[in-house]
Amino acid sequence: MVTVWAVLQPGIILELVVAGLPPELRELPPDRLGLVLNDIKNLVSGNIVSGTPDPTILAAAEHYRNLQLTGHVCLWIVALLLATVGIVHSWRAISPKLRARNRVERVVTLLLIVSSTVAIFTTIGIVLSVLFESIRFFHKVPLTDFLLGLQWSPQTAIRADQIGSSGAFGMVPLFAGTLLISGIAMLVAVPIGLMSALYLSEYASPKFRATAKPLLEILAGIPTVVYGFFAALTVAPLIRDTGTALGLQVASESALAAGLVMGIMIIPFVSSLSDDVINAVPQSMRDGSYALGATKSETIKRVLLPAALPGIVGSILLAVSRAIGETMIVVMAAGLSANLTANPLQAVTTVTVQIVTLLTGDQEFDSAKTLAAFALGLMLFVVTLILNIIALRVVRKYREQYE
Amino acid sequence: MNKSDDSAATPPRRDIKALVNAGLKRRHAAERRFRWYGLTAISLGLAFVVLMFANIIGKGYPAFWQTYIELPITFDAAVIDPAGTRDPETLANADYAALIRASLRGLFPQVEGRRDLRALYGLISSNAPHRLRGEILADPALIGTTQVIQVLASAEVDTLVKGNINRALDESLRPISDQEIAWIDQLTADGRLTKRFNTILFSNGDSREPEQAGIRGALMGSFYTLLITFLLSFPIGVASAVYLEEFAPKNRWTDLIEVNINNLAAVPSIVFGLLGLAVFINFFGLPRSAPLVGGLVLSLMTLPVIIIAGRAALTSVPPSIREAALGMGASKLQMVSHHVLPLAMPGMLTGSIIGMARALGESAPLLMIGMVAFIVDVPRGFTDPATVLPVQIYLWADLPERAFVERTSAAIMVLLGFMILMNGLAIVLRKRFERRW
Amino acid sequence: MNTTTIETKTALDGAVNPDVREAPLSSAQITDYDHRQTVGRITADNPKMACREVNVYYSEKHALRQVSLDIGANEVIAFIGPSGCGKSTFLRCLNRMNDTIVSCRITGHIQLDQDNIYDKSIDVVQLRARVGMVFQKPNPFPKSIYENVAYGPRIHGMINGKAELDELVYASLERAGLIKEVEKRMDEPGTSLSGGQQQRLCIARAIAVNPEVILMDEPCSALDPIATAKIEELIDELRENYTIVIVTHSMQQAARVSQRTAYFHLGDLIEVGETDQIFTNPRHKLTEDYITGRFG
Ligand SMILES: Nc1ncnc2c1ncn2[C@@H]1O[C@H](COP(=O)(O)OP(=O)(O)O)[C@@H](O)[C@H]1O
Ligand SMILES: [Mg+2]
Repeated sequence: MVTVWAVLQPGIILELVVAGLPPELRELPPDRLGLVLNDIKNLVSGNIVSGTPDPTILAAAEHYRNLQLTGHVCLWIVALLLATVGIVHSWRAISPKLRARNRVERVVTLLLIVSSTVAIFTTIGIVLSVLFESIRFFHKVPLTDFLLGLQWSPQTAIRADQIGSSGAFGMVPLFAGTLLISGIAMLVAVPIGLMSALYLSEYASPKFRATAKPLLEILAGIPTVVYGFFAALTVAPLIRDTGTALGLQVASESALAAGLVMGIMIIPFVSSLSDDVINAVPQSMRDGSYALGATKSETIKRVLLPAALPGIVGSILLAVSRAIGETMIVVMAAGLSANLTANPLQAVTTVTVQIVTLLTGDQEFDSAKTLAAFALGLMLFVVTLILNIIALRVVRKYREQYE
Repeated sequence: MNKSDDSAATPPRRDIKALVNAGLKRRHAAERRFRWYGLTAISLGLAFVVLMFANIIGKGYPAFWQTYIELPITFDAAVIDPAGTRDPETLANADYAALIRASLRGLFPQVEGRRDLRALYGLISSNAPHRLRGEILADPALIGTTQVIQVLASAEVDTLVKGNINRALDESLRPISDQEIAWIDQLTADGRLTKRFNTILFSNGDSREPEQAGIRGALMGSFYTLLITFLLSFPIGVASAVYLEEFAPKNRWTDLIEVNINNLAAVPSIVFGLLGLAVFINFFGLPRSAPLVGGLVLSLMTLPVIIIAGRAALTSVPPSIREAALGMGASKLQMVSHHVLPLAMPGMLTGSIIGMARALGESAPLLMIGMVAFIVDVPRGFTDPATVLPVQIYLWADLPERAFVERTSAAIMVLLGFMILMNGLAIVLRKRFERRW
Repeated sequence: MNTTTIETKTALDGAVNPDVREAPLSSAQITDYDHRQTVGRITADNPKMACREVNVYYSEKHALRQVSLDIGANEVIAFIGPSGCGKSTFLRCLNRMNDTIVSCRITGHIQLDQDNIYDKSIDVVQLRARVGMVFQKPNPFPKSIYENVAYGPRIHGMINGKAELDELVYASLERAGLIKEVEKRMDEPGTSLSGGQQQRLCIARAIAVNPEVILMDEPCSALDPIATAKIEELIDELRENYTIVIVTHSMQQAARVSQRTAYFHLGDLIEVGETDQIFTNPRHKLTEDYITGRFG
């Protein structure tokens, strides 16, 4: 099958390339066409072509190259699919009588094991890729400067004699900005999410719960770029206008706007996690409280919440880690200048915003500027990982307590 | 309640009844308050859902209609084909813009002077001559005739017609001058403005001109990207889930895999983008901006979701089925492939579709691997430079023109539509195959 | 003590409240019910609570049928019967804990002293302060031992000041026979105690509110024999000040702690009587079968 492909592919691609050629070239007599195609092929393999290449031929070469790549990709995918089909087929064909059963089984099991290690390799890949580039970064910028520096201005100059050529890579303002926005988000998400979860699990009728819960979870399914759009075009102007009306100085990319919208995004995250946690509190706990004459809210405040506290803290930690790693909302609605401020009406920037700004657009590799993005990525990864591990552990401990 | 017999009974008991009664009013008020907080929280959450949808639909739905201007176009042979050869090349390269200019001059004979005329011609989209060329190439017999043709209006005209430009604003603050407004009003009065369904939005790639910008490029980019994502993450995810749930011994190694999967599910998406940039692009040298790389990155992100869903689907298959299969002499692999997997498949598909829906909405990691360029051409393969729908939204959201705001919202509507479709499919699948064991 | 008489539902003594609600029973059920009239004297000389024609439904399921029974002041009355016969259901009617179950519907009449507890004017908060409850599985709150006991008095606002609360907490633990074991560890979580201690903590928690009636739903079924003995001892002491209703699976326990016993069977109250009489000389065939261990 693969050989068949290998034989057919050049032919098909040639046909396609010819089809893609401008009409005046297509109409050429076969021998001339062959020459043109040769030129194209030479271009693709990087050989020198006689004379300056015609733009149309250049374009055709580009087309050819793309088709070739597409062909390879298709080949891989088809091969993968065929392998899968083959496995499934042989799998189906295995009958107890078949001798080959053991061999096939061993191969399939091996495939399964290999698949399950992909996740491990992903983690290793993440760690290695951010670590390597970060180490290169720390050769240029000392670790302490990075961790403790209060100044972030990554514009390294192109020429050494330019002013401000050094560039400053202190990540404190970025982390402060991240924390400020995440903090605002949590101020929105925790009360709303938690109260919603409490209402849904303790007060709402089953019918109300069955409708309200999925509706609320729609918020979790909306792509973050949509929130970013909402934040930048609706919420931020609204806050600025309100602030101005109140006589306040509000930046057009205020931390408040990004934080508020991020908070909305995180509501269902908090609410569904705490809902799980609250439902894990045994009914006997509630009964004990009701039997003493406590009202529902007393039971919730004095028994349920203390009982569920570890789990709720775990969920909040997960939500915080989510907020810290959130990118699109802040890229679209938060600022670029690294202000070290606690004023939510000012513009701040975040770790993720800086990663995106450093890596999109023109980038030279090996510049401290690009490498800094990886160092920030490393920090982001480490912080969220620690938060997640703590949170997952807390939640698991909590669950075991009531099992 | 009954205060009369208080005195007769043992004092401490009655005392308590009264004591409790004393606090009841306050406690019930607190109860109502708390309940009200809960209801408010839920209402706020739901209000946000409604607000966002209303906001986006409100802004976006006009984008599905586009203003066209009816112009009497005289296909002057002297302009199109002076030699009269009807050579397709001549026809293709003719100056169709001149025809439009002539038609406009005919409609507004009073306009004079270069600047004014330029403003007048600006009412028509720069795309319009292509339209005319298309007509002529399709039917050269039109040459020499005069036809009423609906040509695409410029974005400013469209915006004004849709009522999104404040006429009361000072001229210098508007994207459109008083004079232009007067022309447009005249065209409206003449019944020359029509609104048609905006097919351009779905047939074109990106463009700097709002009226010519479409999401087809982004849609195809998303399609290729998701195809790769699915082809990679589904088989690997299912295989991992099967291995971990059915075959793996419970030891340190599998514990590690498990913890690893859970943590991977919570790694910020942008970090996956860094991985893609460092490994796939810089190390393996795959092309930037390609759906291939985007798909690879997204499949790594989606994998944990599919594995977790797959394992849940496998655990929901009751042990009795496994025992029955093993009891009939099937090997473990046969038991899994013939009996367990088919039963778990709907659950796995459901999980995968939800994972794919999430991948569809993902943009941050794709920014890292360069799928954020301005790309006019609709990608035709896995290695063509492309962008995806959410990234297109991100790109358009940055553009100041009202017409782009409109299109951004429309693109969001399309994106949300696809997500609703996918999630709906997942729900239907779950309902259809839901089994209570 | 052999003054028990056989009575029918229609011939109740003076404690009958005229306001008995009509039970919505089909004729078939009434026939069935006629076969299972309660045997024995359902009334008490000095009733603390009086229940008449109580029916309980869980959605469509008729879990308790026409139960009429008095609970005498300062007596210990035991409910026995096979699993699922409605003992807990009936017990939970007495402090309206069934209100928390959405599908549950109750008809009939239950009176605490002079108050109809299902009357609109009665607040469950107050009712449950007067009728405390101890559950099958010890369920201390995830708080300190001290806070567990202080919970009831605190929510009801029964005390003024720390000193008074201290006194109440210590007195309750004392009465629950737990004080010696926990005196030194008041700030440790209630869950750190052993099962028997936890159950006594729950009893202390219940009596800290100073209720009039204490309902106990199989309070010893999760405990070892030594802890059980302690609780039984405690019940005996508490009888002086409280009316106690105890559901139990163990007939020995019923015999040891109670003065009167009620036997339930498949949602019917089959027989009520002095404990001695029920265990030595049951009148109903079903009671006898149960006592002699033929089923259950
Ligand atoms: N919350 C409930 N919902 C539906 N049915 C219930 C509920 N609680 C109890 N039942 C049913 O009512 C009957 C009596 O239960 P219960 O009072 O708990 O019996 P027991 O005598 O063992 O305490 C049983 O058949 C049980 O299935
Ligand atoms: Mg029971």
